[in-house]
Amino acid sequence: MSAADFRRTLRPTDRFARRQLWLRRFHLDLPLVALILLTAGYGLLILYSALDRDVVALQGQISRLAVALGVMVVVAQIDLAVLQRWAPVIYGLGMVMLVLVLLVGVQAKGAQRWLGVPGLPRFQPSELMKLAVPLMVAAFLADRPLPPTGKTVLQVLAMIAAPALLIALQPDLGTAILVAAAGFAVVLLAGIPWRWVFFAGFAGLAALPGLWMVMRDYQRQRVLTLIDPESDPLGAGWNIIQSKIAIGSGGLFGKGLFEGTQSHLNFLPESHTDFIIAVLAEELGFLGVLGLLTLYFLLLTRGLYIATQGRDGFSRLLAGGLTLTFFTYLFVNVAMVSGLLPVVGVPLPLVSYGGTSALTLLAGFGVLMAVATQPKPLAA
Amino acid sequence: MIMDSDSLKLRNPEQELRQFTGRALTLWVALALAIALLVFRLFQLQVLEHDRHAARSEKNRIEVQPVAPPRGEIYDRKGRLLAGNLPVFSLMVVKERVEDLEATLALLDELIGLTAAEKAAFERRLGQRRRPLEPVTLRLRLDSEAMARLAVNRYRLPGVEIEAGLLRHYPEGPLLAHAVGSVRRLSEADLQHVDPIAYSATRFMGRLGVEAHYERALHGAVGHERVETDARGRITRTLDRMPPRAGANLTLFLDRDLQAAAVAALDGRRGAVVALDPRSGGILALASTPAYDPNEFIWGLEAERFRALQQDRDQPLFNRPVQGQYAPGSTFKPLVALAAVTEGVTDWERSLRDPGYYQLPGQSRKYRDWSWTASHGGGQGVVDLRKAIYRSSNTYFFDLGARLGPEPMASVARAFGLGDNRAVDVHGARRGLVPDSGWKQQTQGAPWYPGDSLNYAIGQGALLVTPLQLATVAATLANRGQPVRPRFLMASDTRLAELAPAPAPPLPAFAAEDYARVIDAMEAVVHRGNQRFGENGTAWAYIGRDLPYRMAGKSGTAQVVEIPQGEEYNEALLEERQRKHAWFMAFAPVEDPKIAVAVLVENGGGGSQVAAPVARAVLDAWLLSGEPSPAQVAQQ
Repeated sequence: MSAADFRRTLRPTDRFARRQLWLRRFHLDLPLVALILLTAGYGLLILYSALDRDVVALQGQISRLAVALGVMVVVAQIDLAVLQRWAPVIYGLGMVMLVLVLLVGVQAKGAQRWLGVPGLPRFQPSELMKLAVPLMVAAFLADRPLPPTGKTVLQVLAMIAAPALLIALQPDLGTAILVAAAGFAVVLLAGIPWRWVFFAGFAGLAALPGLWMVMRDYQRQRVLTLIDPESDPLGAGWNIIQSKIAIGSGGLFGKGLFEGTQSHLNFLPESHTDFIIAVLAEELGFLGVLGLLTLYFLLLTRGLYIATQGRDGFSRLLAGGLTLTFFTYLFVNVAMVSGLLPVVGVPLPLVSYGGTSALTLLAGFGVLMAVATQPKPLAA
Repeated sequence: MIMDSDSLKLRNPEQELRQFTGRALTLWVALALAIALLVFRLFQLQVLEHDRHAARSEKNRIEVQPVAPPRGEIYDRKGRLLAGNLPVFSLMVVKERVEDLEATLALLDELIGLTAAEKAAFERRLGQRRRPLEPVTLRLRLDSEAMARLAVNRYRLPGVEIEAGLLRHYPEGPLLAHAVGSVRRLSEADLQHVDPIAYSATRFMGRLGVEAHYERALHGAVGHERVETDARGRITRTLDRMPPRAGANLTLFLDRDLQAAAVAALDGRRGAVVALDPRSGGILALASTPAYDPNEFIWGLEAERFRALQQDRDQPLFNRPVQGQYAPGSTFKPLVALAAVTEGVTDWERSLRDPGYYQLPGQSRKYRDWSWTASHGGGQGVVDLRKAIYRSSNTYFFDLGARLGPEPMASVARAFGLGDNRAVDVHGARRGLVPDSGWKQQTQGAPWYPGDSLNYAIGQGALLVTPLQLATVAATLANRGQPVRPRFLMASDTRLAELAPAPAPPLPAFAAEDYARVIDAMEAVVHRGNQRFGENGTAWAYIGRDLPYRMAGKSGTAQVVEIPQGEEYNEALLEERQRKHAWFMAFAPVEDPKIAVAVLVENGGGGSQVAAPVARAVLDAWLLSGEPSPAQVAQQ
């Protein structure tokens, strides 16, 4: 079929369909792209305020997002079969680097997270694992009949636990949780019996005292602070108290863009990174946050929908797992900032200042795009 | 189909897709619920608890800051500034807001060059008790260059502030240190005694002199400012302001030039001069030498400097005219004379022969006149009451004392305000001591001996007066018995109770003629001259020869150590510190007194010789300066 013939088959009025087609050629999913750009744009507006209208810093963030979007487009072109084949290699490489980080990593802020390779920008292997773990788990499970047997599940759990532990040792509990959550998401989607899930959940609850024993002091402090932030209002409780004040004082409609006193008078810590949603809540109010959460919800819905349309088990598991990972980011961040979870360093996806998190997320969305646009092979 | 083994299990893509879709749907519902939970949480914070958080946000942002009122200024009677406020920009450090004090100090050193003394003083102030978050001064006065450097580097210096303020300033330095007093830095301990709200922004408080007495009036009323602050406590803008009310400005009776004349006349000796306007009781001069510079004290002296001042043998910190209590010596005689004629133990005609000493009946001890010498005996011939005053005859007054007994002398002393603080607004004024037989019995458990009465009559013994009290005595004599209360405050822009003080208790009615006779005798002390030896007024030779106005005066010499019986008072043999204190009290012009003074020169020796010239210098400065004061103009 020649291009001319192909064009003739389209109705001339169906502009939308034509664009769809053009996007499909680049392996892009229009609703997902639109939602990502909307969310990132909304985020940039809040960030502009959180940065005290620092145009230079904003431009930096815009160029980082542009680079990440480029990466997303590139990832979208990768053949999923290739990705599945290479999954163990990527995973293995990530594990090696995690070990290297612990041995020769660069220290900053009391944690050893970066790998410094001369001539290259600093690199956090734990970020790679946020993608590599669901990739590996999806590839591993897809090779086997679903739902997985107990043995398979145990193997997968080991596959998840190893990197999570290495990351927790850095120590970077937040990332460790996110990496583990990404793996579990895939396992859940793979269809393990719910009773196992609930059993594991109760076992986890029962293990909490044990967890308390192995926690470091600062981690315990964070938990205690969550329960009673007012016990140390100027110290450990400061962040969460000020964040709740910022959110609560925003009310229904907010104080107005750039008018947030909590953020602009520096009461709110980390206002342009982890706590940025408090800025949004303070300045644009409940309705402003509701808007952002709606965008997120649409993104997640589209992501899960794409997953169900995946061409094979691997695509579905991977797409679903990445979507749930995105949700974990979002949930942990908002729950932390609003005082439902202890403070862990998790940025708000697509909104918080910084490039690493955006890069990882958008690479994940690239995978989703690949799943959405790579057709099912013809049935044999 | 064998179901036991994984590897043999057959895959069913249709079923797997169905199962996945089911799972995805379940999880979609779960995450929808989770997001709903977040939405509910936000709704709870932003809608249900909005008011509480909004209030806390406002409380975060808005701080009500007290604004210190400018302290009232103090002027002398001619409107010359004695205590004012100097605008200064100070470098302050709020320790609690500094992240790394050492690094901050190092940076400040690099920027504006801190001296070792500044650093040491800062450390010291940092160690002192202070209010939480109270800024500690690092440098009192910043020049414009230092301010510019600090402004540029402000962001690097959290907790470092430049504070515009008013610093108390005493342009006359030591000249009026004891009269006007000074302010000191408000300490934590002081805050226990003052209204914490009224003083919430105040850094200084009057501690001595007029500054202390009029603290309330000078202080003014605190103002308030609602400011927006950031999390570091830096003010971003002022929202509104209730301005403070400035303290009252005070105009004192003091005359700067007269004060300068008094200090000059004391000529570096330890002593005191008090000059009063006898009509009003207004304090025209109140000098205490040596003095100190009150400006040094405002921020607290370094311990070493303070110790040096405290341990100085000349006691520069000692407010002699107000707190120094001395035996009045012969200056007390005019009062004894009044009591004696009133009690009828003598009259102006009665005379007796003076052998140079007095003996109580039946006792061998000789109470010597000052004219007594071991080699020649002594005596001043035939002495009547007038001569007993202008020649200051101890012998005559011993006789009066012996026959009066203590009570009449005590009551005349009290009538003239001794043993009491009559001052309206003199901070820390001492009461002196007026002894009587009851007092002696109480304090020493001994009866009143006749010998005590002899000492009493010549102003020795337990009787103690302050120079301020003696000046009041001189003023009361000048007024012919009209009592006055010494006071500093002449006028103010605020209505103050001290402007119309309650009058002093009236004196018992001594006869007008007796006043005239006493004053006449006191006039002779100064003016009776060119007589044969032993007939001139005691002070004539020193001050009376060329006096262009009529002055009444009385010298006094207060013993510091007891001279044993039979020995002669020999100045050369006595340590300087054991020499007698020289007194002189005077007023002039006699017919219309405009000024009354008391002069004390510690260990000066003879009153007429040493203290009288000081008194004359002060009276000259007041009466001969040529230009009448505004107050005098107003009164005419």
